[in-house]
Amino acid sequence: MSDSSAHSYWKANIRLVLSLLSVWFLISFGCGILFVDALDTIRFGGFKLGFWIAQQGSIFVFVALIIIYIRAMDKLDSKYNLESSADNAAKSQEDVQ
Amino acid sequence: MNVQIWTYIFVALSFGLYIGIAIWSRAGSTKEFYVAGGGVPPLANGMATAADWMSAASFISMAGLISFLGRDGTFYLMGWTGGYVLLALLLAPYLRKFGKFTVPDFIGDRYYSQTARLIAVFCAIAISFVYVCGQMQGAGIVFSRFLEVDFTTGVFIGMTIVFFYAVLGGMKGITYTQVAQYCVLIFAFMVPAIFISILMTGQPIPQVGFGSELTEAYGGGYLLDRLDNLSEELGFATYTEGQRSTQDVFFITAALMFGTAGLPHVIIRFFTVPNVRDARKSAGYALVFIAILYTTAPAVAAFARTNLINTVSNAEYEAVPEWFTKWEGTGLITFDDKNNDGRIQYVGDPAVNELDVNRDIMVLANPEIAELPNWVIALVVAGALAAALSTAAGLLLVISTSVAHDMLKRTFMPDITEKQELAYARIAIFIAVLIAGYYGINPPAYVAQVVAFAFGLAAASFFPAIVLGIFQKSMNKQGAISGMIVGFLFTALYIVYFKLINPAADNADNWWLGISPEGIGSLGTLANLLVAVVVAKFTPEPPAHVQQIVEDIRLPGEAIAR
Repeated sequence: MSDSSAHSYWKANIRLVLSLLSVWFLISFGCGILFVDALDTIRFGGFKLGFWIAQQGSIFVFVALIIIYIRAMDKLDSKYNLESSADNAAKSQEDVQ
Repeated sequence: MNVQIWTYIFVALSFGLYIGIAIWSRAGSTKEFYVAGGGVPPLANGMATAADWMSAASFISMAGLISFLGRDGTFYLMGWTGGYVLLALLLAPYLRKFGKFTVPDFIGDRYYSQTARLIAVFCAIAISFVYVCGQMQGAGIVFSRFLEVDFTTGVFIGMTIVFFYAVLGGMKGITYTQVAQYCVLIFAFMVPAIFISILMTGQPIPQVGFGSELTEAYGGGYLLDRLDNLSEELGFATYTEGQRSTQDVFFITAALMFGTAGLPHVIIRFFTVPNVRDARKSAGYALVFIAILYTTAPAVAAFARTNLINTVSNAEYEAVPEWFTKWEGTGLITFDDKNNDGRIQYVGDPAVNELDVNRDIMVLANPEIAELPNWVIALVVAGALAAALSTAAGLLLVISTSVAHDMLKRTFMPDITEKQELAYARIAIFIAVLIAGYYGINPPAYVAQVVAFAFGLAAASFFPAIVLGIFQKSMNKQGAISGMIVGFLFTALYIVYFKLINPAADNADNWWLGISPEGIGSLGTLANLLVAVVVAKFTPEPPAHVQQIVEDIRLPGEAIAR
């Protein structure tokens, strides 16, 4: 792989990580801690919204963020043709054992 | 059949399973011993990571802590799951691509320095020891309460089992026992939670029951509203409102997140999968498996708290259920009839309150309080042991690899053969089990306090050093070493001062910026980052071959040429 495509692969990777981490921060530290009292004025079912995000919702969001990351990185890898080499590396490792 | 017989059956069955796996998965090479040969499928690694991560604290203590902390308990829930986002996005894929055995391997090679390697070895051993003593103690408590054996015998049985599969199988044995232990512990956590949820709200899914209305027998109305009302009536803090300052909750959450991402026994699990894609995938599986327990725990906390208040508040002492008397026997529930009316006054005002309930027993006592069948109670015991033993084994492996691989092979005795290295690794694990067992039986008084150490230190030492090593190519050894030392010392001194030297001053008025010792690790992390970046600006760039390593780990695919 050439230096310039390695460079743009890394840039795309950083962009993805930064955008996912801003959601991570907004939901956990934002909604779950800083604005929790304001969100508590909204209710659904037996929950206050802020309390629910702090104790349940944020965890679901964390799971979703990692799943999005896995999917997006797989796509990025195949776009830059890195996927096949990852599989080859796995195969050659199996051969060794 | 009574609880005792069921407990013996479940514990014997699960232990038999772990021993069977240990014999089947004996390790023959150092690669098998350290990283299970690097061939663990991502699904299995996800389960193993979840069991590795969820300790006696997650299983036994967390729901109990939350049921007494109310909304403030959030920092455990978000802190111990949110860290996985950092781990998956910032660490796991790159460390897998780097492809060696341990965290000190990475620190030592990336920062081309034996000093950096030894600092990392010291941090890894310190963090893991603090943690493993707590696990042995947890196993001891469970044994002594439910199998009615002596506490010492309980710790001894736990030690023997861990010793057996960790020494024989190394990482390979540990990985596959952890997969089995995950299944045992999640089943044991969910069954009583589902039972209680159906009993109290008619909802089979605890996460839904958490926000549902109580059944007629429990007085109707939404569970959380009822809990808020009960708490206010008795003078406790309102359950769904926070008591701690916002900045303290913020910093504790951050410290637990950074700490989670920096704990060596979790990080090394990602060295065991075949390639980078599988490392990402297994981080995803791990969080899914962890989230099942972590989203159930706050529901269990609310159920348990409501149930406890309903059962004991203003109850006649002569007529209390059997579980109450049994736990009184262990000293974890105490009742003092201050006004001599023969009834239990359980209220917020300490001058009037007559009941003291240890937080750690909530999960263990919960099935008994809700009058669930005996086999469910026995199942919880097997689950608690699975949680304690799986984490203990992972930690012992970190200690053993740090000694045999990082200290002997890579630093002081580079000429030993693989066979000798493997023998040293087994001896190291043997000695570590003995020391952990000793401290399990004779716990230093401050065990609970030093747990704050493990997270604070992992956050302030490893996390920034690894992240900078991957994302900042120009980071050099001077920067990384001074960052680790400053972060480590700052965090350690703050905790030591408030926890050991001057515990009387440990309150919000004296804390720096209102941050408790539990949360100081996040400032330590920032201090580490800042110092590292500034020092690196004024010192020479790392050599070309190190910059090449950084280029390589950023791309998935072929292994680094070595």
